Amino acid sequence: MTTKLPPLVLHLLAALGCLVLLVLLTLVTDPFTNLRIATVGYYLIAVAGLALLTGFNGQVSLGHGAFMFIGAYTVALLVKRVPAFPIWADLLLAVLAGGLAGLLAGAAAARLHGPYLAGATLALAVGLPAVTQRFPDLFAGSNGLSFTVNSQPAGLVGVVPPTRWQSWIVWLSVLLALVVLANLARGRLGRTLRAVRDDEVAASLAGVHVGRTKILAFLVSSACGGLAGGLQAFLLGTAAPGSFTPALSLSLLAALVLGGLGSLWGALWGAIALVYFQVWTDDFAELLSLRSDIADNLPLALYGVVLIVTVLAFPAGIQGGVRKLWVRVRRPAPSQRGES
Amino acid sequence: MTITSHEKLLEVDGVTVRFGGLVALHDVGLSIRPGTVVGVIGPNGAGKTTLFNVVCGFLRPDEGELRWKGRPLRKHRPDQLAGLGIARTLQGLGLFGGLTVLENVMTGAGRLARTGALASLLGTGRAARDERELRARSEDVLAELDIAHVADLLPGALPYGVRKRVALARALVAEPELLLLDEPASGLSTAEMDELATRITSLSEKTAVVLVEHHMDLVMRVCDEVVVLDFGEVIATGPPDVVRVDPAVADAYLGTAPEEQPSA
Ligand SMILES: Nc1ncnc2c1ncn2[C@@H]1O[C@H](COP(=O)(O)OP(=O)(O)OP(=O)(O)O)[C@@H](O)[C@H]1O
Ligand SMILES: [Mg+2]
Repeated sequence: MTTKLPPLVLHLLAALGCLVLLVLLTLVTDPFTNLRIATVGYYLIAVAGLALLTGFNGQVSLGHGAFMFIGAYTVALLVKRVPAFPIWADLLLAVLAGGLAGLLAGAAAARLHGPYLAGATLALAVGLPAVTQRFPDLFAGSNGLSFTVNSQPAGLVGVVPPTRWQSWIVWLSVLLALVVLANLARGRLGRTLRAVRDDEVAASLAGVHVGRTKILAFLVSSACGGLAGGLQAFLLGTAAPGSFTPALSLSLLAALVLGGLGSLWGALWGAIALVYFQVWTDDFAELLSLRSDIADNLPLALYGVVLIVTVLAFPAGIQGGVRKLWVRVRRPAPSQRGES
Repeated sequence: MTITSHEKLLEVDGVTVRFGGLVALHDVGLSIRPGTVVGVIGPNGAGKTTLFNVVCGFLRPDEGELRWKGRPLRKHRPDQLAGLGIARTLQGLGLFGGLTVLENVMTGAGRLARTGALASLLGTGRAARDERELRARSEDVLAELDIAHVADLLPGALPYGVRKRVALARALVAEPELLLLDEPASGLSTAEMDELATRITSLSEKTAVVLVEHHMDLVMRVCDEVVVLDFGEVIATGPPDVVRVDPAVADAYLGTAPEEQPSA
């Protein structure tokens, strides 16, 4: 590979290709599936952001749902209070709000390690949604905010079904964000993040400002969380505290581990698993006509089982398994290659 | 600034470091001139690594001063060292286990990059060119150390001696003016040690070296000057042949010949 195109151009071209494929996919599927495809999209960017923080940089966050919460409420409040703003501006502000929160969290986190960091981020996930109860006038308490977004250009109303249109907006935003993440992952910054994860002392001797690097990882990662939350609010037309429980944060992390910590591809498998596992197990529970209290918890239980089995079989997650297969298919000699 | 010849590259002046009641370094002074190899020896726990940690800014001296090219080094941080032109290898390996050998070395070359974080985030053409240059330079250093063939492997898969070379490559790639080596020969075979000696000697044409080592034969062979630490104090300084026969040095090693010290 001796391509001279800068990563930005390469990644933009790849994103364009993906967007075309996804639009085609939404054209041949029903609105239900369109919604699911869009759901995979926003989970993907949330998990990809987490991949950067936890996989690349080694900072375990058990509270990434908090940044989704911030993004979702930013969009909800802007749509309701500042209807003049176009949706892309709302989403951009959701990214900034998530990033700003991450900057603060990251500055605090740079002093914390291992279980202390995990605990602090978990506290964030538990505590932040409770803010809605403190200011019910602004956030409408546990009911949350409901709204309609009129994002469709007048010419397309009635031509393109709303869910389909929304899924396009979601994937356009997600792919643009992924372009930045891919630039980062493949460039000097990605290497620096991984160096800090592996050995902080050696990284600092190599000229890396460890604290600043960790804060940057938090910033980018939580900005992705903000975008994910904003897209969720845009897609569902609601922002309610019940969507941002600590369980959400844990399942994001579980999705990352399941998909594979080391690369952005892992985030894709994880996001697909997160969305479709719920769907399949729901169908499965229905098939068995189980009592609702069992059926409701079945997805979570099965998810746990699959997570454990996958990690036992492929310690590097689904992507680790995919890579092994790939190596076996192509048969180059070295199998001990590093991730990128 | 035009040409300023620096008589001394690094000066350590009256440095004292205490850990609670333990005096790890007491009134330690030494200076490093360009193009020289200075050995720092002493029994386990003498304070050699602590001295490196003070120079690198991991520890602040309780007393005393450091000067780099005549300027005081006071509140410097470890990550500023590479920029000053000082590189160090760690007593352990300190390699990045999840990065390939080439990536390990490229991380060390970071100070040569001309584009910042934003360009890297945006994946601009300039950032890409920068990356290509870092890569080329890192590959050159790997080739110089005869380990180009392992560039794409993870360090964990390599024999210890090769990993030691990767650590050296990572320190050398930034083209430092001063190289601090903390026990570079530990775990090496006799042949590898021989090669290391040759390498250090040829390095010293471009780079001053401070060598912390337990292998006396290596120290005696490559050093222009030897500083002996014992319980945090400098007990002898001078050319290798003089220090070797210094009775205080033999005493510090508990009456045994320095050669018989185990390598940690
Ligand atoms: N961070 C620290 N806190 C407390 N004591 C320390 C610390 N670092 C070193 N020491 C102590 O200071 C003394 C000097 O340690 P140092 O690591 O500098 O020795 P050394 O000469 O490098 O020994 P070795 O040959 O075993 O590497 C030892 O007694 C050590 O236990
Ligand atoms: Mg030591």
